[in-house]
Amino acid sequence: MTNGSFFAILIGGLLVNNFVLSQFLGICPFLGVSKKLSSAFGMSVAVTFVMLLATAATWPIYTYLLQGELAYLQTIVFILIIAALVQLVEIVLKRFIPPLYQALGIYLPLITTNCAVLGVTILNIDSGYNFGQSLVNALGAGLGFMLAMVMFAGVRERLESAEIPESLKGLPITLVAASIVSVSFLGFQGLFGL
Amino acid sequence: MANKYWESFSKGIIKENPVLRLVLGTCPTLAVTTAAFNGLGMGVAATFVLVCSNIVISLLRKCIPDKVRLPAYIVVIAGFTTIVQMLVKAFLPAIDSALGIYLPLIVVNCIILGRAEALAGKNTVGLSALDGLGMGVGFTAALIVMGSIREFLGNGTVFGWPEGGLIPPIAIFVLPAGGFFVFGMLIWIANRLSTKLEQNSARKELSSEVCAACPMAGSCHGEVTDHD
Repeated sequence: MTNGSFFAILIGGLLVNNFVLSQFLGICPFLGVSKKLSSAFGMSVAVTFVMLLATAATWPIYTYLLQGELAYLQTIVFILIIAALVQLVEIVLKRFIPPLYQALGIYLPLITTNCAVLGVTILNIDSGYNFGQSLVNALGAGLGFMLAMVMFAGVRERLESAEIPESLKGLPITLVAASIVSVSFLGFQGLFGL
Repeated sequence: MANKYWESFSKGIIKENPVLRLVLGTCPTLAVTTAAFNGLGMGVAATFVLVCSNIVISLLRKCIPDKVRLPAYIVVIAGFTTIVQMLVKAFLPAIDSALGIYLPLIVVNCIILGRAEALAGKNTVGLSALDGLGMGVGFTAALIVMGSIREFLGNGTVFGWPEGGLIPPIAIFVLPAGGFFVFGMLIWIANRLSTKLEQNSARKELSSEVCAACPMAGSCHGEVTDHD
């Protein structure tokens, strides 16, 4: 990212470097949970929420504890923080905000192994963002994930009623559709002269 | 006995290919296959983590309490991923920069956790190691095939060598859109082949049941399928 301003980072994560369609992070939920609009939306809200929390937790830990001699522990520490965080969020939501838990509950366990969450925390460190920039980047990445999921869920609902050759049904035609959706995101590559 | 070991090694390569048949580990599959050599690097790195973590988890299977097995598996996998990261950074800096963030992301590759959960947590060390090796070879093979197709069509090279101008490079194949498209086509071909194989074996079963009573059995070899 040539421009470090919050707006540039947000738009960058949302459109130019869209996590799903340009960087291939979070493909499993993208293909798995995008069959219905409502579940696609629920999953992406949960992912955005966990991305923000994970960034808020991992950035200070990396900067104040690991940076320097312990930097090689990054992968192990980050995945453990994310796993613990997801469990914590699940317990807190269940206890204090039951309606939200019912809406997001089933998606939360899946998020631990969602590479988009680990990806955004590592990318924040690799890009040398400060705390504020990291949070904005996480928000942009989460919203970008949501945009891709919701758009693609719409495409898939149309695919359900289309006539497709037998052996292309299911995953193959879904991937071809994803390819076409991805082409539309190519148009954003020119923004910011990246 | 030897057969069982061969079976657990070979099933990962074609019959249960993790990428094309089980559709696991799709993120690295799509992301790093812009060139065949990157696919090879990713495949070997993931295979190393897969075999090592399968061995360790299988050794520890009686010590790990059932309730905390998933966190325990993740710690083992993350440990080996860190080792791979350090080795690649030290000895193969070109691969390190090509794979970038996807190298640490081997931790969340669902193939590895999937094998730990499905097999290594319940089986002996030898069997788990062979299973990991087979799955790793299948993963690597799929990545190389996909990387070769995308590199050939998108960049006009094969493993970095120019192919001699047979076709003009179609740049979209090395872009994300081309990745989705080639992956979709490969799964389509794999589905097609496996349904054909299933139909063949179904026909054989049918013929052994039905044709026993048929006077034409000797000459038709079960090819007539519209039997009542």
